[in-house]
Amino acid sequence: MDKKEEKDRNIFERAEEFLQVFKKGAEFTQELLKTNEQLRYRILQLEEEGMSLKTNPVLPDKQYEELAKQIEALKEEREEITKRIKEIENENKDFAIRYVEVEEENNNLANLYIASYQLHSTLDFKEVLQIILEIIINLIGAEEFGIFLLDEKTHELKIMASEGIDETQVPSINMGVGTIGRVAKNGEPYFMEDMSDSSKTDWLNPMVAIPLKIKEHVIGVIVIYRLLQQKKNFTPLDHELFTLLAGHAATAIFSSKLYSESERKLSTIQGFIDLLTK
Amino acid sequence: MEEYKVLIVEDSPTMRQLIAFSLKRLKNIKIVEASDGVDGLKKLSQDAFQLIITDINMPVMDGLKLVSLIRKDAVYKTVPIFIITTEGGQEDRERAMALGANAYITKPISGPQVLEMVKSYLNIK
Repeated sequence: MDKKEEKDRNIFERAEEFLQVFKKGAEFTQELLKTNEQLRYRILQLEEEGMSLKTNPVLPDKQYEELAKQIEALKEEREEITKRIKEIENENKDFAIRYVEVEEENNNLANLYIASYQLHSTLDFKEVLQIILEIIINLIGAEEFGIFLLDEKTHELKIMASEGIDETQVPSINMGVGTIGRVAKNGEPYFMEDMSDSSKTDWLNPMVAIPLKIKEHVIGVIVIYRLLQQKKNFTPLDHELFTLLAGHAATAIFSSKLYSESERKLSTIQGFIDLLTK
Repeated sequence: MEEYKVLIVEDSPTMRQLIAFSLKRLKNIKIVEASDGVDGLKKLSQDAFQLIITDINMPVMDGLKLVSLIRKDAVYKTVPIFIITTEGGQEDRERAMALGANAYITKPISGPQVLEMVKSYLNIK
């Protein structure tokens, strides 16, 4: 009987314990549900705050305005800087183009200066002719060419110096005959239209003929029959050089000729004086 | 500032003056001129040059002979040599390069082009 009572009491105690545990579990579940509810509510609140922050920042109006102004000013500044950079880039491009042009001009002037300097560096007739030949080979780039001078007595153009051609093959030319004669007569330079056609040398009809003029008086003609193989056509500098040669080479030739003649006459007179005074 | 010495070997005074005129834009450069290959060799023995510019067609000794002799000299084995010539053929170019030239420029020359090449070979900025 006692054993049964004890067994009953144990069962009762265990039921009591189980009930307590169940009650605690129920309370804990209630708490979890409550916390869950609170968290969901908080999430909703945060989401709403987030949305509202996007549309209405939570800053004092004054501060917000200042910041907005600063942003606006920075934007304007950035645009201004971008615009300035573009302007400077364009300016740099212009400067680069101008630099190349100035370099080219400088090179042209150097060529013209040196040509002019050399032409007037001597009063020796042969040296002057040699310098003209050098200018035509080195600065213009001709392979076959000659310098014809007008013989005042016979009114014929005779070759006085040349490069790349056999002078004995070149005939004397009368004024007005062929391209060379015509250039000597009318004083206007001649340039062949089709520069590529230089397969055969025609002594009377070269690819270029430049009159050597002192004012309007033609004293000779520079004639080019063929250019160097790497020289395909004339540049603006070549035309400047031709113009320079037309005037300066003529003056240099004329001066050196006069000087040579005067030197010769002087030595003849000196010879006579020496004979008379002996 | 380092000084560079350049030897110009050319029989035409006009060309010598033109090349010198272009190079004189470099402040630290000294130019020595020679009128042919033999004169060029004489000048080379008198001073140390960092660059040699030579023509091909010259009296007494031509530019190709000069290049071959320069390359036999231990002192000038690696010194840059520019050829400036009227000879525009491919064979002439190849011959000059085979003898030891570093650059082959045909006449008529452009001053700025020569200047840039010289600056490049001498590492002048």
